[in-house]
Amino acid sequence: MDPVVFLVQCLNAVQYGLLLFLVASGLTLIFGIMGVINLAHGSFYMIGAYMAYALAPWVQQLVGGGFFATLACSVALSVLLGYVLEWIFFSYLYEREHLQQVLMTYALILVFEEMRSILIDNDVHGVSAPPSLAGTVPLGELMTYPVYRLFVSGVCVVVAAGLFWVITRTRLGMTVRAGASNREMVQAMGVNIKLLYRVVFSAGVGLAALAGAIAAPVSSVYPGMGNQVLIICFVIVVIGGIGSIRGALLAALLVGFVETFGTVFFPQAAGVLVYVLMAAILLWRPEGLFRTA
Amino acid sequence: MKKRQALGVAVAAAMLAVAGTAAAQTGKPYKVGFMLPYTGTYAALGNAIENGFKLYVEEQGGKLGGDPIEYVRVDDESDPAKATDNINKLIKRDQVDVVVGTVHSGVAMAMAKVAKDSGVLMIDPNAGADAVTGPMCAPNIFRSSFSNWQPAYAMGVEAAKRGYKNAVTITWKYAAGEESANGFKEAFTKGGGKVIKDLTLPFPNVEFQALLTEIASLKPDVVYTFFAGGGAVKFVKDYAAAGLNKSIPLVGAGFLTDGTLDAQGEAAQGLLTTLHYADGLTNAKDKAFRLAYAKAYKLQPDVYAMQGYDAAQILGAGLAAVKGDKSKKEAMIAAMEKARIDSPRGPFTLSKAHNPVQDIYLRKVVGKENVVQGVAVKALADPARGCRM
Repeated sequence: MDPVVFLVQCLNAVQYGLLLFLVASGLTLIFGIMGVINLAHGSFYMIGAYMAYALAPWVQQLVGGGFFATLACSVALSVLLGYVLEWIFFSYLYEREHLQQVLMTYALILVFEEMRSILIDNDVHGVSAPPSLAGTVPLGELMTYPVYRLFVSGVCVVVAAGLFWVITRTRLGMTVRAGASNREMVQAMGVNIKLLYRVVFSAGVGLAALAGAIAAPVSSVYPGMGNQVLIICFVIVVIGGIGSIRGALLAALLVGFVETFGTVFFPQAAGVLVYVLMAAILLWRPEGLFRTA
Repeated sequence: MKKRQALGVAVAAAMLAVAGTAAAQTGKPYKVGFMLPYTGTYAALGNAIENGFKLYVEEQGGKLGGDPIEYVRVDDESDPAKATDNINKLIKRDQVDVVVGTVHSGVAMAMAKVAKDSGVLMIDPNAGADAVTGPMCAPNIFRSSFSNWQPAYAMGVEAAKRGYKNAVTITWKYAAGEESANGFKEAFTKGGGKVIKDLTLPFPNVEFQALLTEIASLKPDVVYTFFAGGGAVKFVKDYAAAGLNKSIPLVGAGFLTDGTLDAQGEAAQGLLTTLHYADGLTNAKDKAFRLAYAKAYKLQPDVYAMQGYDAAQILGAGLAAVKGDKSKKEAMIAAMEKARIDSPRGPFTLSKAHNPVQDIYLRKVVGKENVVQGVAVKALADPARGCRM
């Protein structure tokens, strides 16, 4: 493989991995800290993307439009949705068995898909990237790279750094980590664990919606888009170690590289390579790469 | 360590999640059973087919061959796992005389198997799996749409005619994609071209970036692709965003730009595709059909509605020949085989394996339409490989 092509492929891998990280980070937080298996996480990704599509005309009317205003609006609404959902639904799941959680959150997927079908429709829609980021940079002889994709990667890096900082350096992060390892003890120390969970859950939903909204211009929005990312995100969470942001980042990048080079070098086996990677890592470290709690 | 045990459950359930998300008149009515997707990704296609079918029946005064038509419908959810049960419901419980379905090729294959065994009349109004009128062919199985091979082969002929020498194909690694890529390759090689690489990615993966980089490094003269729905939108946009549309022309089977132009926008402009239907056809039948459909349903018809309409025409030809006497099944089938269907796509006849022998149009995306540029191949018949009939 010619070195320029190789470098471009590496860029593709990193870029894909970072986007996966953005979705998986929310999942690993919710899974690791609250112990809830949230199959509906993919739906939050879909909701983010559909909001980026459907809210655009409204935002246009209210504040004169703008991609970033729509983005902010989508994330804010999703955080709110997450807050309410945790309150009326997920908070009842913490003490249940995992099988019940799986069934209940699977039902949520069906509810969200049907609502999407009723509220929007079953067609594929495109979302245009903001004009300021619509350009491309030349890369190699024939290819150009869309600036918007680089922007997406930039946002992912910022979010990753921000999350890492919050979790390791702030008081909130400290209570979150403490809550993950021993819920009762944290409660005994006078921390309002219910509120803490609600905040973490909304943040997780917000992250997934942000990923969906920000990916919408490159991926377009279509029915079932959430389910596609769900599996790969579970794989990332498992490889990275449940609840570990650092692990999720590393695992997402690993998956990005394996998928990218897998489709190029081993197209016959591209579909299974990621799972082989997961199996290998679990054999080597059954707890995943970084196990925190 | 409860969380860890749960992982297995979670991954298994996540996989499940992906797999999951999917009327009546006398003179002895003739019973039509629609087995179509009414929910899920293909719901719009299912409805269009039913609308098209009913439009033709309405135009005949609600009767075919003098018999009033009665409808029963089953939602197939585009789920091959439920296909056998669903078609059996229509045949055994509802006792339909003909099954019309469906969109998804996997479901259509299961239906064809049951139809072949039970002998019930089946008309496939969309699913393009080559096998339906190939190894699975039977006297009682008809198709009013196309085989995957047809538009692909026509594009291969066209690409070779345009003087392209090296081509790369890219599609999902599943039956329809492979059939399409093979059809293109067959004609392109015959025309003196060479397919230097077949690129595939697992269905329904839409992360194309790695393969686009691969295309840029291979530098073919032309890229042939088969994608539909969400994948088609994303592929066309990614191809343009990668700047490849300026240096390497992209061509494909018509589904690449059918029902997806709104979402593809600027990126799709000028794309060449081949299909058995197009915008801007000048035949009188198409004009009348579009007008009648728009009047009846307040919607513009699409290729799926047209295929539903023609499914009713094929059935109508059979029933007219036996004057509605459905016990004369053999005479009815013989009449359907010989029928010359005056379709909005232009008149067509049926091949020995019961697939339309039809003109495949070359179309170019202009604005929000696939405007006809001419006929890529006239009266193209599917080779019906593996059909013994």
